[in-house]
Amino acid sequence: MSSQLIQLFQSAVVFGTVIMFGAIGEILTEKSGNLNLGVPGIMYLGGIAGLAASFFYELNNPAPNPVICLILSFTAAFLAAALGGLLYSFLTITLRTNQNVTGLTLTIFGGGIANFFGGGLNIMAGGVGQISVASTSAVYCAFVPGLSGMGVFGQLFFHYGFMVYLAIIIAIAVRFFLVRTRRGLNLRAVGENPATADAAGINVTLYKYLATCIGAGISGLGGLYYTMDYIKGTWANDGTIEALGWLAVALVIFATWRPVNAMWGSYLFGLLSWAYLYIPGLGRRTMELFKMLPYLVTIAVLIFISLRKKRENQPPASLGLPYFREER
Amino acid sequence: MEQYAIQMKGVTKRFGAVTANDHVNLEIKRGEILSLLGENGSGKTTLMNMLAGIYFPDEGEIFVNGQPVTIASPKDAFTCGIGMIHQHFKLVDVFTAAENIILGLDNKNRLDLKAASRKITEICQKYGFHIDPDKKIYDMSVSEKQTVEIVKVLYRGADILILDEPTAVLTPQETDRLFNVMRNMKADGKSLIIITHKLHEVMDVSDRVAVLRKGQYIGDVATKDTTPQKLTDMMVGRAVTLNIDRPAPENPKPRLEVQGLTVFDELGVKRLDHVSFTAMGGEILGIAGIAGSGQKELLEAIAGLQPLQPGASVKFTPPGNQPVELVGKTPLQIKRAGVSLAFVPEDRLGMGLVGTMGMTGNMLLRSYRKGKSFFTDRKSPKNLAEDVKERLEVVTPSVTFPVRRLSGGNVQKVLVGREIAQEPAVLMTAYAVRGLDINTSYTIYNLLTEQKMMGVAVIYVGEDLDVLLELCDRILVLCGGQVSGIVDGRTATKEEVGLLMTRFNKEGGAAS
Repeated sequence: MSSQLIQLFQSAVVFGTVIMFGAIGEILTEKSGNLNLGVPGIMYLGGIAGLAASFFYELNNPAPNPVICLILSFTAAFLAAALGGLLYSFLTITLRTNQNVTGLTLTIFGGGIANFFGGGLNIMAGGVGQISVASTSAVYCAFVPGLSGMGVFGQLFFHYGFMVYLAIIIAIAVRFFLVRTRRGLNLRAVGENPATADAAGINVTLYKYLATCIGAGISGLGGLYYTMDYIKGTWANDGTIEALGWLAVALVIFATWRPVNAMWGSYLFGLLSWAYLYIPGLGRRTMELFKMLPYLVTIAVLIFISLRKKRENQPPASLGLPYFREER
Repeated sequence: MEQYAIQMKGVTKRFGAVTANDHVNLEIKRGEILSLLGENGSGKTTLMNMLAGIYFPDEGEIFVNGQPVTIASPKDAFTCGIGMIHQHFKLVDVFTAAENIILGLDNKNRLDLKAASRKITEICQKYGFHIDPDKKIYDMSVSEKQTVEIVKVLYRGADILILDEPTAVLTPQETDRLFNVMRNMKADGKSLIIITHKLHEVMDVSDRVAVLRKGQYIGDVATKDTTPQKLTDMMVGRAVTLNIDRPAPENPKPRLEVQGLTVFDELGVKRLDHVSFTAMGGEILGIAGIAGSGQKELLEAIAGLQPLQPGASVKFTPPGNQPVELVGKTPLQIKRAGVSLAFVPEDRLGMGLVGTMGMTGNMLLRSYRKGKSFFTDRKSPKNLAEDVKERLEVVTPSVTFPVRRLSGGNVQKVLVGREIAQEPAVLMTAYAVRGLDINTSYTIYNLLTEQKMMGVAVIYVGEDLDVLLELCDRILVLCGGQVSGIVDGRTATKEEVGLLMTRFNKEGGAAS
């Protein structure tokens, strides 16, 4: 296998992992009927919180302990993103604001906050591009020991940090939860028909809050993976996280709200996103056209689904709608 | 053992300035079927929702088996052994029957659908109904969905079942089957409360009748000691005549001649098979048939909403004009020609009305094309809305109040009232009185008769055979998309029409 193909495969997996986190979190959220368009903002929050936590830890400790680096950054990223989800939940579930508008503002809010603190960190680190959380980043970037050395096979499947495998585990866990557990069934019922779920004795508000907060936490891990592994522990305010966040939202639709589809879909999106680098004869302008591929594929899938008319492939029936028990 | 399954004492519920239930006392005994009767908006559903944990009473006490209880959520209701089958089914469409039935039960974390299916089959055998636990809800008929709802509450171990208008969407046969199940449950010692507007069903199935009027408890009577007339008087609070005035048609002229209508649905199933008939101006043509026999498709085909197979012809003769062919015209052209369709679907707000708009806005939806000026004319729809509100006694704070916040019956009055107000030459209505109380139903029958006397050809698709036989001049019976007969409404019997409704059934052999 040529090294170029291996490289493409690897970049696709790394790229895919970022959006897989985003999409899996959003699937969990949307299954509760909450259409959280704040995914890009939430990924921003996760990214900056993880970075800041490890930055301050490494700044104050000359010899940082890798385990603490990992726990601090991971927890900070998950919690900050979950807080974003909590904010969204409070606004849309308790105060019943419009979900689309709230989600979009959350994206703007997350981007603003993250770049504000990212800029702050840059200044503290002594200039743009000077942030370094080398110890933490090393933990995230460490390849699977032993297995990654196994020739082409190792190069293809084990040449990644642990977050790549965590994403797969989370995707499978979410699938198992949704399909095989009673709570998963309850959650799906909440997203399909909250009045029915309510009448069946399910605490609709609690399910919506939890699914949205945990979903946001998972999405936030995508931002963490981006800062720690993808750009190796620095901060860039070039808006890439936002672009990836929107791609994650597109992936949810592409995957027809199924975590397993999101898994392979994310790698496909990764391949399509990098394909332009490997197509000969593309200029700077034509390159941009090829970057649209993931979105074109999403639209193609939407058309295909709509032609097949299968009810199971439709979004949760009450997606985007507020629920209020005593309203007719 | 305590004699009463449920006692409600002085229960009051207010919504803002409206008192939906005013110090209501209601009791139901063990092993009894109680009918709860009242006009639209008299507070029956609200009262029952308080037992089901959907609403919480502002005042009053509830006793279950003699013990005072607090029912703050549907879960509390299950704990008390109370289960409610709502008028709008509370089912998740993309789930199977079994998934819907076990929804919200949290005994184990793992989802064990096999064990659930076994228990469902047991319950079905015990009370004599049948469902397939693995069938998806969206593949089910209305009656199957209702069965799922009933099994759902039984699965939860309910001893007290509340059925909110369970027969509104059932065929006579399905209703009989439901009543048999209800009697089986009663024999098993369960208590049942049924809300229905159909008095003959009250007389048929219940042991006792309780009547509500404008949120107040009027009283209760043993079914064997009362008559439909007495019950209506109790319900309305004054003597009402339960007769439909049916004047003979004056000078009927062919208004709509339908020839060879054949319609296939999107799945390629034949819905209408060479339907031909003539509707006369000045008469009411009833259309009877088991649900799904092609009634909806027939009306939609005439209105231009269904693609027709070649060879069909719909000849429309406007009063004092030359006949025109409607096939090939757009729905708008057909409507302009004076053929109006008032379809009252199961989902009243889904088709026909915009929920967040007031009555005026909804009237405007039909009339905005009439104006010549660039600006919309708001005055005439407002007058129309006021007129409909008054004539049909729509209970609404104002004509600008969003219609989705009105009660079901009132929403329907708005819908029907608007269509009648279009002054069409052909008026087609489907299920115009579905879910309406007796008093309002009769108002609508009278409105239709009024239209007929003005020379309009009225086509009335109905569910209640008794009403069809009292209201219509002729009745066309559909069976499996074919016309199985057209009978005279004055001489036909219920049995005759019932037989025609099942004439082409596979079990019954081919048509002769």
